[in-house]
Amino acid sequence: MSDTRHEAEAKQNATSKPPLDPHLKALENEAIHIFREVAAEFERPVMLYSIGKDSSVLLHLARKAFYPGRVPFPLLHVNTGWKFAEMIAFRDKVVADYDLDLIEHINPRGAAENVTPFTHGSALYTDIMKTEALRHALDAGKFDAAFGGARRDEEASRAKERIYSFRTPDHRWDPRNQRPELWNIYNGMIRNGESVRAFPLSNWTEVDIWRYIQAEEIPIVPLYFAEKRSFVERDGMMILAEDPRLELLPGEVKQEGVIRFRTLGCFPLTGAIRSQATTLDDIIAELETATVSERQGRAIDRDQSGSMEKKKREGYF
Amino acid sequence: MTASATATAEVFTVDESVLETASDQARAIRDSRPLRLITCGSVDDGKSTLIGRLLWDTKAVKEDQAATLHRDSGKQNDLGLPDFALLLDGLQAEREQGITIDVAYRYFATDRRSFIVADTPGHEQYTRNMATGASTADLAVLLIDARAGILEQTRRHATIASLMGIRQFVLAVNKIDLTNYDRAGFEQIVHDFKEFALTLGVKQITAIPMSALKGENVVYDGRANMPWYEGPTLIETLEKATTRSNQTVGFRLPVQRVSRPGESFRGYQGTVAGGSVKPGDSVVILPSGMVANVTKIVTFDLVRNAAVAGDAITLVLDRQVDVSRGDMIVAIDSQPMTGRGFDAQLVALQPEGIEPGKRYWLKSGSRRQRVSIEPVSQLDLKTSKWHSAEKLGMNGIGKVHLVFDEQAIFDTYEQNRTTGAFILIDPDTNNTVAGGMITGRRSEIGGIHKDDQRVLLSLPADLAEKIMATELFANRRQDVDVRHTSAGRAAEILADLDE
Ligand SMILES: Nc1nc2c(ncn2[C@@H]2O[C@H](COP(=O)(O)OP(=O)(O)OP(=O)(O)O)[C@@H](O)[C@H]2O)c(=O)[nH]1
Ligand SMILES: [Mg+2]
Repeated sequence: MSDTRHEAEAKQNATSKPPLDPHLKALENEAIHIFREVAAEFERPVMLYSIGKDSSVLLHLARKAFYPGRVPFPLLHVNTGWKFAEMIAFRDKVVADYDLDLIEHINPRGAAENVTPFTHGSALYTDIMKTEALRHALDAGKFDAAFGGARRDEEASRAKERIYSFRTPDHRWDPRNQRPELWNIYNGMIRNGESVRAFPLSNWTEVDIWRYIQAEEIPIVPLYFAEKRSFVERDGMMILAEDPRLELLPGEVKQEGVIRFRTLGCFPLTGAIRSQATTLDDIIAELETATVSERQGRAIDRDQSGSMEKKKREGYF
Repeated sequence: MTASATATAEVFTVDESVLETASDQARAIRDSRPLRLITCGSVDDGKSTLIGRLLWDTKAVKEDQAATLHRDSGKQNDLGLPDFALLLDGLQAEREQGITIDVAYRYFATDRRSFIVADTPGHEQYTRNMATGASTADLAVLLIDARAGILEQTRRHATIASLMGIRQFVLAVNKIDLTNYDRAGFEQIVHDFKEFALTLGVKQITAIPMSALKGENVVYDGRANMPWYEGPTLIETLEKATTRSNQTVGFRLPVQRVSRPGESFRGYQGTVAGGSVKPGDSVVILPSGMVANVTKIVTFDLVRNAAVAGDAITLVLDRQVDVSRGDMIVAIDSQPMTGRGFDAQLVALQPEGIEPGKRYWLKSGSRRQRVSIEPVSQLDLKTSKWHSAEKLGMNGIGKVHLVFDEQAIFDTYEQNRTTGAFILIDPDTNNTVAGGMITGRRSEIGGIHKDDQRVLLSLPADLAEKIMATELFANRRQDVDVRHTSAGRAAEILADLDE
């Protein structure tokens, strides 16, 4: 692409948007800095792309960081086969629109051993289809750095994690022995087989993510917005009832209601909330008065306190 | 289908515009940078409890998190209160041992401002994690157990915080409930600390008697039990604190990467580490010393007409110059120090300490290079005196000489918190073993170095005058010998040299 065309494009962007407020600007600068540092210091970086709001922000920041160049690493989507259909459609459009390289990995054990969230329970299912799948995909690509969209405000063990989070050759995180991380000077020195997970969004909160999506007009999966959808109630969660593979259990009935999702994952494990929030303004207003945290809707985080740390130590993001 | 976050056009009615003003105000307040603070102090003094209480009382704890907290708390105190520290101590090992191991970052806001708080561990073994939190903080809340007073670990933390540039301290004399709210005891501790703080050069201290557990003088005042205290609560103090001031030296851009998406574009990407830049500015590339002019500042959103400290940018220069990762692009009229010898203060972070003569990797900004360390002295925390030292032990705070193989580029930490800071990496373990702050350049190091080489130029007098008028030249005037002579005599001297 020619220089002038970039500039024309950029000017167009600029006129439609007011400047970012300083807080978001500082977060953006920090994230871009981390992206560039990792891209320069590691041989084979990859970006974990989960299609959710945090991934959308992460991708937007990556595009900003390397502009006017292309994003210099592939995106990795660890698919379980049980994502919301709208997520996959969204992913494919984003990859085409932004000229990205996408690697999709599905653990073959899913099909071979018929591992599903219904048959294996959320813990074992997550272990095989997410944690193990991620390890395999990272090994296969020989990636020495993987960007993730994790935020420290999500969960108590995440709050402890470094921006460059060191992993042993078998992808383990040792929370008792993290490298000191002073100022914004990151230590990217590793041996063969070792790797680093890099978290450019570490210091963002959920509200920051939404305010940034709004300010930067970042496309997100429509499931985040309230709409009339059909669902069933299961284990105290409202599960979307659109996928034909969802079999109703005795006593369950399909219901209709205006609902939306605060986080997106595998549809059988992700609970919706009742909400009238159809715009970003609504979502932000809803968040500011929310009385429960975003993790509430996720079955895999609720098993016990410390369950996230355990999964992380084993290589989960 | 793709939902896009396009803002819908807003239609203002009279009522809505009133609302708009109110939310404008809220936004204006939010717009200020968040205050970054740490809690520090000796083990078990109540740091995590304090931050937990702060989150609790500012309503930053959501219902599901509160339910988990009540469930996990058990019966840890007689007051029927939850164990607020569990909101911070999120690692399994921390919960089992009842101590903090690594720093936890938390985010919360009041109506007035937002905060990023780092809760650091008090245990001496984990001092490295305290240093991690301190390196980016604007303010330190130093806790002291009202029953125990100032301990060696209190002094260590206060010292590290002050070395790392923290100038604002809150002295939280905690667990005051366990001393029957004893005013004399509080005043004694404040007196002792102020005396010690003088040796650190710390002047801005707000002392508050506190019960983190009961929430007295944290967000709500503790007047019921401490009518004698008339000062601010913790949260009032934090709301009024200032963020680290902008650095005053000239433009600095440590180059992270060179962007070359095609033949027609070559840009230098990095985060502005000081000063500002605009198209047309003359810059110098260090360490090569080549000069160029800025033609463009490129970002995704627009071609900007200026960039300031903190901005992540792509800089385009007017000529083909050799620039690579680790170089620094700087203002021509206000350059950092370059050389092979520097003085620094260090905090040793790992059990092996810092060994003299060993070659470490030093990383500062995007520049990584070999260095060997000559320890000069170490701080004795008991006496606050510097003793000469040949080696720094774990958690040792020392003054050292840095000796580089190649040119290094720094400002003093005092002048620039980015270009004056560095970490040391042990090449054997790849671990980060020290954090350091540059205090100055060393003028000479023994032996003959490339620095000693000279170049003789013979120029027409008018050209020499022009060159001498540049800032670059003026800044190095002391390094230059100038003599006037005739063209014939100059030719003779040069011919002499060629023999
Ligand atoms: N009575 C009383 N107990 C307190 C107060 N603050 C903290 N404690 C108790 O002191 C103990 C230690 O508190 P923590 O918050 O874990 O201490 P810490 O400073 O974070 O400890 P480390 O991080 O391991 O250095 C806990 O049992 C708290 O309940 C207080 O103001 N009054
Ligand atoms: Mg603690």
